Amino acid sequence: MRRAWRGAVLPLALLAVWELASRTGMVDPRILPPIERVARTAIDQVVNQDLLGNLGASLLRDMIGFLLGTFAGLAVGTLLGLSRLADRLLMPSFNGLRQIAILAWIPLISMWFGVGEAAKVVFIMAAAFIPVVLNTHEGMRSASRQLVEVARTLTFTRWQVLTRLYLPSALPSIATGVHLALIYAWVASIGSEYFMAVGPGIGGLIIAGRERFEMDLVMLGILLLGLVGYLINRAASSFEARLLRWRTA
Amino acid sequence: MTRAAQALVAPPTRVLPTVPQAIVALLFPTALLVLWSASARYGWLPPQILPAPDEVLSALGDLAANGDLARDTGISLLRVVEGFAVGAVLGLLLGIAMGLSPTVEDYAKPLFTAFAQVPTLGWIPLLMLLVGIGEPLKILVIAKAAFVPVTLNTLAGVRAVPSAYSEVGAVFRFNRRQMLTKVVLPAAVPPIFTGLRYGLTHAWNALVAVELLASAEGLGYLLVWGRQMFWLDTMMGAMLVIGIVGFSLDRGMAAIEARLQRWRLA
Repeated sequence: MRRAWRGAVLPLALLAVWELASRTGMVDPRILPPIERVARTAIDQVVNQDLLGNLGASLLRDMIGFLLGTFAGLAVGTLLGLSRLADRLLMPSFNGLRQIAILAWIPLISMWFGVGEAAKVVFIMAAAFIPVVLNTHEGMRSASRQLVEVARTLTFTRWQVLTRLYLPSALPSIATGVHLALIYAWVASIGSEYFMAVGPGIGGLIIAGRERFEMDLVMLGILLLGLVGYLINRAASSFEARLLRWRTA
Repeated sequence: MTRAAQALVAPPTRVLPTVPQAIVALLFPTALLVLWSASARYGWLPPQILPAPDEVLSALGDLAANGDLARDTGISLLRVVEGFAVGAVLGLLLGIAMGLSPTVEDYAKPLFTAFAQVPTLGWIPLLMLLVGIGEPLKILVIAKAAFVPVTLNTLAGVRAVPSAYSEVGAVFRFNRRQMLTKVVLPAAVPPIFTGLRYGLTHAWNALVAVELLASAEGLGYLLVWGRQMFWLDTMMGAMLVIGIVGFSLDRGMAAIEARLQRWRLA
């Protein structure tokens, strides 16, 4: 209880300073709007503007890109993890391309795919793809040698080896990759909306707020961005824990 | 992978058993390059979509010859170094403070968590309104990107120092300062360095983000410029340089890390 109180001290102090600064006119209210105005903007956005529609558009984009990227990543990661040949042929190139900061792909992607929905999804997909490939690859490679020998003795088919041995033993690592992919995909959704500012979305809202110098709108957007990120992360963590429950049992 | 697994899952492996890895690794990029050249030569794809590889090289050559490349790379590197230094020092201080004192952690951790929850990309428009689009913006954004992982890893590192070490320190009647510099910090070096390495990678990504959004110079701006001019060769050249610099920064950090930890092996 005491810890919770202590934790609340700094945020509350910050809010008090904010309120005081904007009330007394110490800071230009355009730079630091009163808290009340941010709240009013929030209500106005929900009721009169299409805040929920924007949020839905961002989330939908996020999910499509995430799913495509994750499935592609699982396939490629499995191939690289199981086939020594594919690993030797492709992994160095993959690692090389990975060195390029992901946002640096945006101009090229927008040249190739335009600035519409397709380009955004491609970018989100790429952001989700990378961690899934890396973690699936690592998980598959870490399967126990003894178990592989056992599978050989039992004359498992290739499919059985994959589904009964490699997949279960790679599962924790894959879960980590998918968890990362969820986080990256959300940030990438916002990024794609920043740089390809066409169509609805929270990122577009933030950029519009910046261009019109509406700090309340920017703050609202950032709040939502953080909140959704937090919820996604929490959901992924609890799902991961459920998925891997059998390991501790 | 064992030979048994290879036999089961990847029989074709033995096709390339003795070829050196470097050659195998280059096969795929080479094939891609050949395909790319052929596409450019026979016009499978218009040059506005995929310029010939030698055009990318010559665009890079031009940028190098007129000094733009060195200037933009230098500007970007300077920004990263400045922002990273600010973020890393603050992160180390906060991480050590929270690691040593649960009271400080009680007060600071919730606010820090909320602050870290919003990705760097989200802070950029807010900071643009607060401080404009000048150099302070870049430093702040990059510092934020480095600050979060450095703080978290420093905190974890200081907490993970075995209590036996601290007990030895207590036997020697170390004061707080000695405890910190002779016991806690040396023991926490590996996780702290992991944090610094993450921090540098995040800082480099943040630099690209902030230069794409608000800059008139630097490697990120080179990308923006290429996009506006429809110069794909310039864009691809800039991407190549961004990749190489990012890779080198990470490798440099890894080398320092290995050097600092040499004593552990002895």
